[in-house]
Amino acid sequence: MSTSTLSKEDNKDTKAPLGGRFVGGASNYIDERTSLSGFVKELGRKIFPDHWSFMLGEIALWSFVVVFISGSFLTFFFQPTMVETHYTGAYAPMRGLEMSAAFESALRISFDVRGGLLVRQIHHWAALVFIAGIGIHMLRVFFTGAFRKPRELNWVIGFVLFILALAEGFTGYSLPDDLLSGNGLRIIDGMIKGIPLIGTWTSFLIFGGEFPGTDIVGRLYSLHILLLPLLLIALLVLHLMLMIINKHTQFAGPGRTNDNVVGYPMMPIYMTKMGGYLFLVFGTIVLIASFFQILPFWEYGPYDPSPISAGTQPDWYIGFADGALRLAPPHLDIVFLDRTLSLGILIPVAVLGLFIVVVAIYPFLEAWITGDKREHHLAQRPRNAATRTAIGVAGVIFYAVLWAAASSDLIATHFMLTMEGVIHSLQALLFLGPIIGYFVTKRICIALQRKDREIVLHGYESGRIVRLPGGEFIEVHQPVDQYDRWKLIDIDTYEPLVVRPNDKGRIPWTENVRSSLSRWFFEDRLAPLTQAEVEAADAHQHHVTAHTDEIEAEEIQGAHERAGAADAPLHPDAETHVDETPNTPSSVIATDPVKKPRKKKSDDSE
Amino acid sequence: MAREKKRRSNGRRSPLAAAALIGAGLLITGGIYAGASAAMAAPGNQSTASAQLTVDDGEKLFQANCATCHGMDLQGTANGPSLYGVGELSVEFQLATGRMPLQMQGPQAPQKEPQFTQPQIESMAAFVQSVAPGPTYPSDKTLDGEGDVAHGAELFRVNCAMCHNVAAAGGALTEGKYAPGLSNTSALHIYAAMVTGPQNMPVFGDMNLSDEDKRDIISALLYQQEAVSVGGFTLGSLGPVSEGLFIWIFGIGALVAISVWITAKSN
Amino acid sequence: MANDDDSQALERAYQPSPGLGVAVSDPVQNPGLPPHRERMTDKDPKAEKHAARTVYTLFYLSLAGSIWAVAAYMLFPIEDQSLLAIRYNNLFIGVGIALALLCLGIGAIHWSKALMSDKEHVEMRHPTRGKDSTREAAIQAFADANEESGFGRRTMIRNSLLAALVASIIPGVTLFRGLAPHNNEGGNPISGDPVALLQQTMWEKGQRLVRDPDGTPIRAADVTLGSAFHVIPENLSTLSHADGYLEEKAKAIVLMMRLRPEQLIETEERKDWSYDGIVAYSKVCTHVGCPVALYEQQTHHLLCPCHQSQFDVTDQAKVIFGPAARPLPQLPITVDAEGYLVARDGFNEPVGPSFWERH
Repeated sequence: MSTSTLSKEDNKDTKAPLGGRFVGGASNYIDERTSLSGFVKELGRKIFPDHWSFMLGEIALWSFVVVFISGSFLTFFFQPTMVETHYTGAYAPMRGLEMSAAFESALRISFDVRGGLLVRQIHHWAALVFIAGIGIHMLRVFFTGAFRKPRELNWVIGFVLFILALAEGFTGYSLPDDLLSGNGLRIIDGMIKGIPLIGTWTSFLIFGGEFPGTDIVGRLYSLHILLLPLLLIALLVLHLMLMIINKHTQFAGPGRTNDNVVGYPMMPIYMTKMGGYLFLVFGTIVLIASFFQILPFWEYGPYDPSPISAGTQPDWYIGFADGALRLAPPHLDIVFLDRTLSLGILIPVAVLGLFIVVVAIYPFLEAWITGDKREHHLAQRPRNAATRTAIGVAGVIFYAVLWAAASSDLIATHFMLTMEGVIHSLQALLFLGPIIGYFVTKRICIALQRKDREIVLHGYESGRIVRLPGGEFIEVHQPVDQYDRWKLIDIDTYEPLVVRPNDKGRIPWTENVRSSLSRWFFEDRLAPLTQAEVEAADAHQHHVTAHTDEIEAEEIQGAHERAGAADAPLHPDAETHVDETPNTPSSVIATDPVKKPRKKKSDDSE
Repeated sequence: MAREKKRRSNGRRSPLAAAALIGAGLLITGGIYAGASAAMAAPGNQSTASAQLTVDDGEKLFQANCATCHGMDLQGTANGPSLYGVGELSVEFQLATGRMPLQMQGPQAPQKEPQFTQPQIESMAAFVQSVAPGPTYPSDKTLDGEGDVAHGAELFRVNCAMCHNVAAAGGALTEGKYAPGLSNTSALHIYAAMVTGPQNMPVFGDMNLSDEDKRDIISALLYQQEAVSVGGFTLGSLGPVSEGLFIWIFGIGALVAISVWITAKSN
Repeated sequence: MANDDDSQALERAYQPSPGLGVAVSDPVQNPGLPPHRERMTDKDPKAEKHAARTVYTLFYLSLAGSIWAVAAYMLFPIEDQSLLAIRYNNLFIGVGIALALLCLGIGAIHWSKALMSDKEHVEMRHPTRGKDSTREAAIQAFADANEESGFGRRTMIRNSLLAALVASIIPGVTLFRGLAPHNNEGGNPISGDPVALLQQTMWEKGQRLVRDPDGTPIRAADVTLGSAFHVIPENLSTLSHADGYLEEKAKAIVLMMRLRPEQLIETEERKDWSYDGIVAYSKVCTHVGCPVALYEQQTHHLLCPCHQSQFDVTDQAKVIFGPAARPLPQLPITVDAEGYLVARDGFNEPVGPSFWERH
């Protein structure tokens, strides 16, 4: 028996469904089988906050889509095997040479398939953009404190995605089996061999015997197109789901609190902006790939252990590891009891490992130091978290020095320096740079906080100089309008952790350490503002401004009278009278379009 | 005072006027200087009607320009090595690439504008060859660029690319020395450098790389110089470093600029 | 005012740790959402029309780009094997696709910015933590499952289950041992022994030094002062790729140079390892294995381009700069009856990067 409410629907039949009959029918069909309407209800008008820095993660997301699409095309042509063959195609310097089928198929893609070179270049450029996008997104999340509760897990997932992306990139550029990436594999093999106890066996396992073997390209291919993308996509889905569940953070602003999200809905705005950004990222990458050559592996030739190119560097994202190797001092092997400890390799690897681990667990470290267990949905301005920003800058400098070290020979040739000088300078900078960077950044952040405070309480310097009757010159400070002022006020207030004895009446040393770190983390902070202070400052501001305006008006009127034009206007009005707020588009509350002819206005002391 | 912001009817110059005047002055003086130095520059490669200079002319040029460092009898001094046995090939190479006369002591002699005309160079080379013979010019066949490009490229990769880079973009050596890029080097000079091993470059005699090998290498390099880079602009052929710099500055830069545009409030 | 010190802050109401939320007694009030500001396209119908025109023009331009890309695929063939044809093919297909994508993106963004409603919406968050009732229900679900299965109570079942699950993975892991070769593969008794393989190279007594890659033997007189020869063992040049050519080459590459005999600093033990000033060293860097191929004939330094390790040829290739830890192994050489250079013996130590078992 039918249980439909057919009669009711018949009455509504006279109104056409949204989108027309076909769309209505199709939607009904799908909903009856998938409960899609629930999904649409939940997510269709979901609100996302609007700030350019929130789109940086999309650079990574969309460039991953580009990498995936272009990579899929390449898999139809690439031969991931090291079986020897000969090339007989268009590029003369490679013709007749014996090479692996991997290299040969890469040559064919580039020289003998229409559009093949384009897709290969898109794929490689997009990979560079992908990892750069992850990096810049990670920096944004770090410097705005968006990794705090409840997003610590998402930070860790994102970090793992970063490592997976590095692995994808490395396995990818090693696939053509050319001289450059082959030497990169040689370096990795050398590093693995240096691992104590298991090094030689691990190297044997990975390469299927001695280096280079005939297996490695095929194995890297399996990793590159199957296992790593699987992991990456799974974690990416988890990453985005958590972002949807937790909702996106937003910057503090008028109307925005820790308990709401202010922004625009998914349909139609964000759908369009995100879709548009996908096309723009894709288009930018394709434009770059059309005009700029990347990795001309035909000039490097097939991998052979004997030749090598000057200027042998890995892709940029592996640069920090190569740089770490270059900066290690010599003679670091220790031979003891018939065994060799390759400290020249193990120390750089340990340093890198430590750095990476600190980055991965940073949210937990900061939560432990600050003792902060609240949920945070407001992104902080970096200046308002001075110690964290300074730590971040120190970390970035550390990474950047390692990255720069990877191109030490090119720095030497291009700036006419000795490579020894460059390397020694970078070795020193590796330690001094982060320290100096920390202190300078911390001071700059605190100074910026004070500047914000100054603007909130005293207005901003308008550039108008007024001479008071007593003869002194003052610069008029104009107040900021209340909406912009709110953005300058840091509403988060912190104090260092106070430790209390535990049940046994003692304070464990870990708690003491924690308290010291907490004191260091929150030192040199500004005391919070109160509403009373703000209102008092407002009143004072208005009083001063009114007084100044009054004096100014008198002066001008006096000048007019002396010139015999007592009725001349007191203020120029090439523009309509607008509250002189900082010149951001959002704050120019223009009520009418700008009109050319002057009009007399009453003197406005606001 | 605010009211003077927009009016210029009282005859005051625009602040831009000073900048424009300075800019015009710089352009004029710079232009005069450039024109004058071009007019007074060395005549370059114009061979005159009396093209051939003699060995004696070469000797005079040598004594005037080279003897202070290399000795009147080519025996060498504290400032420059002996030239016994370097041959006319070496002399032509050093002078025609401008490395000699050396401007100042440094990690190595850089390439610069040649200071002599080609006839002068050849005469000095002939003079040195006459005093103490050494490597001489190659046959035309060696320089014809019709050798086996694939074989030459392979030899280049094994013997040369570690200093000069696979794309002949140059590379670093120790203590401020460098192997120069070869994208503008002539076939003769490629040959000369291989045979004479200037400064820290090893010597590649005919017993190391045969004449046929050298012909192949020269052909491979000439091919590379003339070949279109199929993928687009090469960004200096320096590999992943320039690609990484480019993508961060222009790629990420453009994408961040786009994201700022996307989220900016519309007018 | 701006620079209050801590004492005043402490006077205000303050919650002790660990919450760390310092409740200021009189916090600054949030002014609420600012009034909505109309855009030109909201106020002026002409501006709106103009924006709409821009949007669909961009979309049509994108369409043109797609068509151009397809046309370029056909108009710029590459089968004539000229590099310029490939360059044009790359460029024009790419520009077409880029135009299509960029115009689509710009059009969409312009539509969203200029024409779509830009009124801000407010959505309330809800606490991430589940409601107490929800959590109760979840706990109850686990409790019921535990009760019904006896999982917590039946310790023998539970422990043996965990042991079995963990153990079931091990066979799979074991299979991956097959990624590395075993001994006696292809008749080679040490094919599965990495340490043994690392310690031997193709160099042995009497093996001729031949040019890489052509395989021609070298006379001592060929090696002139200041020259550098890239050298492999003669037997290697006849090995095929399938029989391990690259693997043996990766250990056997050697660089040979001639210096003046008096420039060489030689120990007693190595006095006859050079021949009349000709020395031969392993080309595999002792850092991580790149070929140490750069030879500076005047400074007699070898430079590895990967991480800038430097070795001094006059002094047994000891490390003078860079991250390498050990000098390059030296190949003892002499000449045979016909005057060609041969190895006097193999290397006296493993070549290449250090490894644990190396002593």
